[in-house]
Amino acid sequence: MSGLSQVLHYSLSLKPLTVYQNKKLKISPFFSPRQGAAAVVSARTYADFTTQATFEIKKCDIHKLDEAPATQVVMTRDEGLKYYRVMQTIRRMELKADQLYKQKIIRGFCHLYDGQEACAVGIEAGINLTDHLITAYRAHGYTYTRGGTVKEIMAELTGRRGGIAKGKGGSMHMYTKNFYGGNGIVGAQVPLGAGVALACQYQGNNELSVSLYGDGAANQGQIFETYNMAALWKLPAIFICENNRYGMGTSVERSAASTDYYKRGDYIPGLRVDGMDVLCVREATKFAADHCRSGKGPMLMELQTYRYHGHSMSDPGVSYRTREEIQEVRGKSDPISLLKDRMLSNNMASVEELKEIDVSVRKEIEDAAQFATTDPEPPLEELCNHIFYNDADLEVRGTNPWTTLKSVS
Amino acid sequence: MAAAARFFVRGARSKLPISGVVPGPRSSFAAALLKLSPGSSSRTQRRHAAHFTFQADPEPTQYGPTTKMNMFQSVTSALDHTLASDPTAVIFGEDVAFGGVFRCTVGLRDKYGKDRVFNTPLCEQGIVGFGIGAAVAGATAIAEIQFADYIYPAFDQIVNEAAKYRYRSGNLFDCGSLTIRAPWGCVGHGSLYHSQSPEAFFAHCPGIKVVIPRSPVQAKGLLLSCIADQNPCIFFEPKILYRAAVEQVPVESYTIPLSQAEVLQEGSDVTLVAWGTQIHVLREVANMAQEKLGVSCELIDLQTILPWDVETVCKHSANNEYLCSSFSLQEQCFLNLEAPISRVCGYDTPFPHIFEPFYIPDKWKCFDAIKKMINY
Repeated sequence: MSGLSQVLHYSLSLKPLTVYQNKKLKISPFFSPRQGAAAVVSARTYADFTTQATFEIKKCDIHKLDEAPATQVVMTRDEGLKYYRVMQTIRRMELKADQLYKQKIIRGFCHLYDGQEACAVGIEAGINLTDHLITAYRAHGYTYTRGGTVKEIMAELTGRRGGIAKGKGGSMHMYTKNFYGGNGIVGAQVPLGAGVALACQYQGNNELSVSLYGDGAANQGQIFETYNMAALWKLPAIFICENNRYGMGTSVERSAASTDYYKRGDYIPGLRVDGMDVLCVREATKFAADHCRSGKGPMLMELQTYRYHGHSMSDPGVSYRTREEIQEVRGKSDPISLLKDRMLSNNMASVEELKEIDVSVRKEIEDAAQFATTDPEPPLEELCNHIFYNDADLEVRGTNPWTTLKSVS
Repeated sequence: MAAAARFFVRGARSKLPISGVVPGPRSSFAAALLKLSPGSSSRTQRRHAAHFTFQADPEPTQYGPTTKMNMFQSVTSALDHTLASDPTAVIFGEDVAFGGVFRCTVGLRDKYGKDRVFNTPLCEQGIVGFGIGAAVAGATAIAEIQFADYIYPAFDQIVNEAAKYRYRSGNLFDCGSLTIRAPWGCVGHGSLYHSQSPEAFFAHCPGIKVVIPRSPVQAKGLLLSCIADQNPCIFFEPKILYRAAVEQVPVESYTIPLSQAEVLQEGSDVTLVAWGTQIHVLREVANMAQEKLGVSCELIDLQTILPWDVETVCKHSANNEYLCSSFSLQEQCFLNLEAPISRVCGYDTPFPHIFEPFYIPDKWKCFDAIKKMINY
């Protein structure tokens, strides 16, 4: 997708902020174009607000690198509002999913992403929509940043035909263009991501592949197999470990001989990044993306982040960590609060403006939840579709010798 | 696949044996797209109700005093006995230290120490490989795979290493003291990766034993047998029964022999063969068949999938003119059967998310299969 159509695509998919209804505004794209150009600045008419500001961010720890990502970064007002909106949408969407799960409208497994929003949003800000991304089961946030709509995501959670995977995948299996899911088996998505990177290299399209996994998955054998292949063939792959300190109920100290996940790629250069700061994540991702696109091979990033919910909805999340710890992270490092404070203290937005965004996001989520609850379930005829690819309809063995079902693909 | 049930018909009237074994790779309890719809009205109701009712066996008297236990407690009890009597026994797996995600190892670490009950990192291939090594070196290794769905990274270790160790070393080495436990089977909301019944993948691998209990009493006895058995064993525990199945279980240690099928109910027309949760489904089916069709069903719990009790199944087949569906059985029983063996199991699709209630082979599908067989 070209830069301009990216802008249009993204801006059309968002509800315009009510504040700007009467003003002709060119909204800068959320996904800043990577062709080296600076972000498009809007023709804002609010003379009171600062257009952009420079922020000091935490320095990343580096492994096998000569330099680290910049610590002085620029964020424009529009970028800030965009990040705020997207993070808030993810936050509210996850909380809504929590609510629906407790009402038994969503069933099955549900792994929520609240607390980690800065990771998804920061990564997306550092790459293009044409790049590729794959992650594990805590995937709702990424489905959104990669182009899915809240409606489709929620309908997939409730298993309805309007869902992003037609209701057949559920929470852990959501996909969209250049987003390969949504994977249930821990660690299995990383070799896949390397394969996508190989395709990018082969096709010479200057795209890269981002493969995410957690601190628990970092101990899977296939991760190391992937590191080897990616480094050997200098694949344009960014491996990102979202270290939220707990692999289900096991803390990182109790499961890993080395908790320096950014060093575990050994011969692959690594960065340890503050995953609660969206700007930190963005800078590190840009740094890694430049590295990959210049043909230097893969890069490893560890995002130090935190999840407020338990591992899944069946985990209260307090038997292996204290409530005080959760409250502390919420109070001191919440990604949305961090961004909000930055914008307010630099006069980049007003409290009312941000409140309006909150209200608008809430409405979007409510509408999506309404849709997800009322949309019909997929028809039974679809039970056997898309098992194989077949030109003519395939007959699938039924539950006993006399029944067969049709499989269309 | 619990669903796989073998139905064999015998008797003068030409009734068809229905057999359901030989589980397909992906079959589970077999969803039933019902031809006969059950009375259940709303879809929500249907999704919340289990597709079966657990039926407890009568209290066993031959093993000493009993107490009320559900299935995970009976597993804990078996492991407790093992750790107490065998100083080389160790239990390991993901999250077993605090008690396990299904509470099967609650209290064991406190009682026996962290050297004997410990967590592993998230690496199934590593867990089983490590378990094989520990067993070869002489420990009684009890490895837990957190869900049977996750066993595939360990498939190579199980099939290529564990199963072949004794054979390839000419009996110089073996990993017979390895037991692998995994929660198994559908649970109502597990979807693709928390519901699978992969015993079929292992059912054709000489060198390992595959065992699936139907109840707490069976679970404790069979698990103790697996641990004692000098061959690597895989013990699949139907997760839907962990809490739902409650029985009077003997307090002391006892074993139930492996590779012996149990005839739960005698009958004269159709023989049903199954394992795990499906036994309870078929108990209902047998009653329904008797009431509505006047068909007398025999019910056999296979218990050990590999190596399975050919003799019992064949004997009951042979007396009553029914067919067996596995290769070896087919040779022996073909002429006795009056209809092809019928298999009732899941559809040939991955275990679906939203369609689960339709995928499972519940009692209506099994009943329907009996009906069809009889009229073959």
